[in-house]
Amino acid sequence: MSAPSVTEAELQAYVDGQLPPARAAEVAQHLAQHEEDAQRVAAYRRQNENLQLAYAPLLAGAVPARLQPGVRRRWQLPVQRYALAAALMAVSGIAGWQSHAYIAGERTQTFYLARVAAVAHAVYSPEVRHPVEVGADQEEHLVRWLSKRLGTGLKIPHLAAQGYTLVGGRLLPGERGPAAQFMYQDSKGQRLTLYVRVSKEGREQTAFRFAQENNVGVFYWLDGRLGYALSGETDRAELLRVADAVYRQLNP
Amino acid sequence: MNRPASDEFATQAMQYIPRLRRYARALTGDASAADDLVQDALERALVKQKLWREGTDLRAWLFTVMHNVFVNQVRSAAVSRTVQLDDDAMAERPQPQSSDRLEIRDLDAALQALPEEQRAVVLLVGLEQMTYDEAARVLEVPIGTVMSRLSRGRERLRRLTQGLPETAPLKVVK
Repeated sequence: MSAPSVTEAELQAYVDGQLPPARAAEVAQHLAQHEEDAQRVAAYRRQNENLQLAYAPLLAGAVPARLQPGVRRRWQLPVQRYALAAALMAVSGIAGWQSHAYIAGERTQTFYLARVAAVAHAVYSPEVRHPVEVGADQEEHLVRWLSKRLGTGLKIPHLAAQGYTLVGGRLLPGERGPAAQFMYQDSKGQRLTLYVRVSKEGREQTAFRFAQENNVGVFYWLDGRLGYALSGETDRAELLRVADAVYRQLNP
Repeated sequence: MNRPASDEFATQAMQYIPRLRRYARALTGDASAADDLVQDALERALVKQKLWREGTDLRAWLFTVMHNVFVNQVRSAAVSRTVQLDDDAMAERPQPQSSDRLEIRDLDAALQALPEEQRAVVLLVGLEQMTYDEAARVLEVPIGTVMSRLSRGRERLRRLTQGLPETAPLKVVK
């Protein structure tokens, strides 16, 4: 008895165990006589196995906080978030931000962080006479003061190795309370600002993210309850280099 | 006419999050983008939860919602400017557990080289182990389309991972 002819779809279904047993037996018979098809079937089965293996850690791994039940209340009220996004966009006369990034909750928050930081940078960094409230000469006082206002122990990164010296810092209104801005400048007077804010519940750590607003580039990230955003009108590679140094100093 | 309470729906949806993450990770090739996608999908699912009929397959429905979000993201020119720059992604890189380390690592890269529509089918069937019928419903395409994408996707993946030429020589059809 010669093996019955087999369609491509049946070969696939054989791979996935989606054929009725009788038909599967006939396909097996076909494969015994068709080396090339048999090799393909074997390779596809191995693909399935490897897919399972490769991504298994995702099934077993911890679900990030922002997707967890504890955060549910936040993702239960998307309407409010859309309202916030709409308000933000209405208020903002500045174009160039991706509305896309407004959609998701945590992303909206972190994005808001980047935005506020960029605006603060644009407002204060050109300032000649009053760029900061407390100068670097009173660094100790600056740290104590802002730590107290933000309700958490802040650290001021030192960026001399990157070519930037501390100008000083100031207190700013953040999304939900006080925020801090530290200003640095290099020998040519090019200024960078580091914006720091605290959130009550966040325990998240994110990767560096980058946003660009007109000339101001911002690298921003969350680290536990603290959100950081480093802004500057410099090229992205340079900003990344400094952001990396900031991160390393804050997370020795 | 009882609508499931939001809480109840969320609780039910919750159990599928690990599967949604796994699929999203394989689909996007990026841990951070994957979680963004899952989060967007969950939010969309909550907004649209009334469209889900209780008693029907919630997993398939959630995958459908996520697929639509994904397609919209891919289609919109406004792909996120968020850029992954540190090694967070490495933490959840596929972990080779067999001796076929290379093959598995290559698999992740090769998947990203597939056209998005083939990749989705290969993953729904091979990773998520959906029936062809379920995959067709999730992707909202005819089952014949699922079959042809599956066939082409798998063959292309095989060629990519085995270092064969990308397209097979034409077969003589008898």
